[in-house]
Amino acid sequence: MNENFKYKMELTDEEVAILHGSEGETMAKVMKTLVLYGDAFSAKRFVPVTGMGHLVTSFGISVLKPVFSIMDELINAGLKVDEKFTVDPRPIDYANVKCNPLQKIVFNKVLYGMQAPYEKQLNALGLKNANAFTCASYFDEVGNKPKKGDVLSWAESSAVVYANSVLGARCNRNSGIIELFGSILGKVPEFDLLTDEGRKAKWIIEVKTEKIPEAQVLGSAIGMKVMEDVPYVKGLDKWIGTELNDDAKAYLKDFGAATASNGAVGLYHIENLPPEAVELGESLINDDAKTYVIDDAELERVYKNYPVMWKDKNAAPKLCFIGCPHLSFAQLGEWAQRFDKEMKAQGKDKVGIRTIMTTAPDVLEKFRRENRADYDKLIGFGIKLTSICPLMYMNNPLCGGDTSNVITCSNKLRTYTTARYFTTDDITKIAVKGGF
Amino acid sequence: MSKTFKGRPIVAGTIDKGEAVVSHNGVNTLATFQKTALLHDIPIIGKDEVIGSDQNNPDVFGKVLTNKVLCLPQTIGSTTGGMVLYTVSALNMAPSAMLFSQPIDSLAAAGVILADVWTDNTIVAVDSLGEEFLASVKDGDKISVSEDGTVTVE
Repeated sequence: MNENFKYKMELTDEEVAILHGSEGETMAKVMKTLVLYGDAFSAKRFVPVTGMGHLVTSFGISVLKPVFSIMDELINAGLKVDEKFTVDPRPIDYANVKCNPLQKIVFNKVLYGMQAPYEKQLNALGLKNANAFTCASYFDEVGNKPKKGDVLSWAESSAVVYANSVLGARCNRNSGIIELFGSILGKVPEFDLLTDEGRKAKWIIEVKTEKIPEAQVLGSAIGMKVMEDVPYVKGLDKWIGTELNDDAKAYLKDFGAATASNGAVGLYHIENLPPEAVELGESLINDDAKTYVIDDAELERVYKNYPVMWKDKNAAPKLCFIGCPHLSFAQLGEWAQRFDKEMKAQGKDKVGIRTIMTTAPDVLEKFRRENRADYDKLIGFGIKLTSICPLMYMNNPLCGGDTSNVITCSNKLRTYTTARYFTTDDITKIAVKGGF
Repeated sequence: MSKTFKGRPIVAGTIDKGEAVVSHNGVNTLATFQKTALLHDIPIIGKDEVIGSDQNNPDVFGKVLTNKVLCLPQTIGSTTGGMVLYTVSALNMAPSAMLFSQPIDSLAAAGVILADVWTDNTIVAVDSLGEEFLASVKDGDKISVSEDGTVTVE
């Protein structure tokens, strides 16, 4: 098959044979898809994938029947990912994120009625294990942390930008399904962020604030300005240091997720911090790079301009989501201390609104096991810990509609739902107080 | 008076006087398509056409996108983007064409290619049409597309 298919990539004899059906009709379609994808970006060749996979599609949402059909076709053809993969978070967890009967009917019968069969499909195709559901697969606890220079076939915008920018791996902003195809083939077309040239910055960002910028607002401002281009950020090391410690990694995780969701950033460079920027410095900047200066006033302008999608903009918040992307082990401890301080300041012992924090299943187990004091503190405050995806939860119109009045400190969640964004400090005060 | 622009066909096809919907900013595929597309199967509120739902993009917010010619610089946002485009195409809810002023981005490319290879439908896609294309074309303009990537705006 595909004998009359015209392409520009330079394929090996083995790749041509696959395209023509040597490994079956389905694999030939997988190959054709990836060749067309490579041709769209003038990729010359395929390069081997050297790290474990990560898929963006974790939810058995009924309308994705066409996706399930592809999965079935792959499974029936005997295809799978030999190196295993992790996947984004599950959408629901009734034990920790309680729902009323009507909300459950929508989740079970309408939205995520295909969750169980879909997870069977994921297992058949090579899912790492039952705990592999997180958007932050690169956490040490999860076990899918690429090395510098690894070539990946990942989707999930926040994970791709982290792997590229903080870990120095090489991965394009692949779409769902494409990332699975690359993992099955074990090869991806070489273009853009897989090349030295594609990793050069087209923007210089000069951070000139008087205090540490809120990670999610800074990322949002940069994402909206540079869109898909690579930014080289100067002046941030003044605030987050030059050591890639837990605090810096957590900051960059949240910063990067905002650049990727408010724009389409797949890679950023932070002067003097991640290994690639330390090693190559300003040689990573294109000669004709444009400059964007960010001061406190600019961040305030961006923050104040987020639209409020609540039906009643003066209504009291009903639900607070913290942890999109999933919180790291260190961040869980920091949130415990932050809430502890605010509880004392307000003379309270419980949060004033329903508050849910999300993290990876493996991180949650470790937190419960190794930082019991902070775990008990959060639980004692009435805060629930779970591993769901808040965005997928809010897809239920009864949980995320414009009268659900959800607040969040995630700019990604704000972008895709009716959730209203507040900074870390503001949301802590509001959650404890139970209102504005 | 009509204007003609030449781009690069990513998924070649023809369109005869399709109706333009124009976004001057990047179209966030998940945010734009999810509300109506992902709720497609819900009784009563589910719809058979996509209505743009991205609160951050007034150019497409609240507008019908199904069977329209979507004119845009690129797509942005979540990496579910290509999968969402593929799905709305398989469900016959996609735009008939996507015309990009800039080179196509990886998520949109995935979506139109997946639709082309894995469904019986096609989202005609032409990229690199240039800034003047996006500056010229207006909502409601009639747009024709040729196999070779020639786009005519009336």
